[in-house]
Amino acid sequence: MDRRVVITGLGVCAPNGVGLTDFARSLQQGISGIRFQSKLKALRFACQVAGEPLIKDNVLPRYFSPLQLRGLNASGLVYGVIAGMDAWKDAGLPTASSEFPDWDSGILFGTGILGADKFREAIYEIDKGNVRRLGSTAVMQTMASGISAYLGGILGCGNQVTTNSSACSTGTEGVLMAYERIKSGQAERMLSGSCSDSGPYIWGGFDALRILPRNFNEDPGAASRPMSASASGFVPGSGAGAMILESLDSARRRKATIYAEVLGGAVNSGGQRGGGSMTAPNSESVVRCIRQALKNAGVEASAVDTINGHLTATSRDAVEIENWSKALGVSGADFPYVNSFKGIIGHCLAAAGSIECVASILQIRKGQVFGNRNCEDLHPEIRALVDPRKIPLKTILYQPKVLAKASFGFGDVNACVIFGQFND
Amino acid sequence: MDPKEKYRKLKDIVAIYLPEDVSIDGITPKSHFINELNINSANLVDIVLDVEDAFDIMLENEDMDRMQTVQDALDIIDVKIGAK
Repeated sequence: MDRRVVITGLGVCAPNGVGLTDFARSLQQGISGIRFQSKLKALRFACQVAGEPLIKDNVLPRYFSPLQLRGLNASGLVYGVIAGMDAWKDAGLPTASSEFPDWDSGILFGTGILGADKFREAIYEIDKGNVRRLGSTAVMQTMASGISAYLGGILGCGNQVTTNSSACSTGTEGVLMAYERIKSGQAERMLSGSCSDSGPYIWGGFDALRILPRNFNEDPGAASRPMSASASGFVPGSGAGAMILESLDSARRRKATIYAEVLGGAVNSGGQRGGGSMTAPNSESVVRCIRQALKNAGVEASAVDTINGHLTATSRDAVEIENWSKALGVSGADFPYVNSFKGIIGHCLAAAGSIECVASILQIRKGQVFGNRNCEDLHPEIRALVDPRKIPLKTILYQPKVLAKASFGFGDVNACVIFGQFND
Repeated sequence: MDPKEKYRKLKDIVAIYLPEDVSIDGITPKSHFINELNINSANLVDIVLDVEDAFDIMLENEDMDRMQTVQDALDIIDVKIGAK
């Protein structure tokens, strides 16, 4: 039983906008959420800029009970609950009654590591011999599936409730896992998303790897430079994105607003062979993943008119563009429109895929391709492959009909999803 | 400590952990935390920590096992304060 799957709700908690309205405006106008972080300076990080959602304390009681707020110290959990509940509400779905869960709705909400700050708190207590002082939520706030568990309880979902984790491809992979579950008839609706904590304990390892930009501490807005000749590393970020995936039948029955259709996709791994490694993708596996995604979606390569890349702002961006060119068999003026939102939101790690999927779907919904920031000095190898007019610096009016979105992660793992404008 | 003051302090702590369908007026000395007030057993752990902080005492494992009702808690607090 193969069923059509559509997107009927969105939620987002991003460095440059919490909530769809602010987020969409920031994307349209190229407003950056990357800021100087004094705590990183105090801790002597080489990179002292990052993208972190700004959450006002007074919004938290709208999402959490007073009891849940006590001792809550897991930023990713906060972002994920905000984005997840917003998506649910945006789709017009009700919260399940106190007695009966919604058996047809599930949650697939990924993360890399959850509640690092809470875990740090616990480690200090344990090392002082005070394990009894941890309180009741040290487990739920730090287990990876804490985010799906919290959302599952708040919304009352009775279908599969789980968490996936595949580094920076987590969010995009999650969309495909949710899509498969609905397509095969095992669920009617899936809340799909991912979240990533903020802070030095999350970002420190990347600083140590020397893959973050070091020369932009005075100029945060210019730090993240995807596709630029002067790209010097990704800017770490955090946040959450969430989508409601729904069978077309269910969406029609509910008369829900349909943002876009999930046409299909693919995931694979380069096996850390053939040029692939723990930190770099095997190019052949990227090409195969994109081609397999098109095949699975039943879409010709020539039909793809918009690409949202992984494009993190390292020297590898040119290789990614080359892989897209190979996979689609296009170059120059025939290359689809391509952008990276990381220029203004940074690289939100496990949350990147879902935040960027939300932004991609907003492009389809609004008939726009959002501008690329900080690539006025396009990388020469990219310029050789893509007509610069296909890499708009400002937001343009253009209706994407078939949009390919890819994310790649540590461990040489890839995910590519194909979104389509919805046609009856 | 004034018994009324002590009871009020404990009630304030317990109130935070009540589920939505139990009102603060439902708390009496005889109330059983789990069976009557419907408090999640995991949250009893937090009530113990809050009691320790509020009364500047420390509860042992046996005290926690014995603390079934609001009155049990009051009695334990009395003993601990007296022992200080």
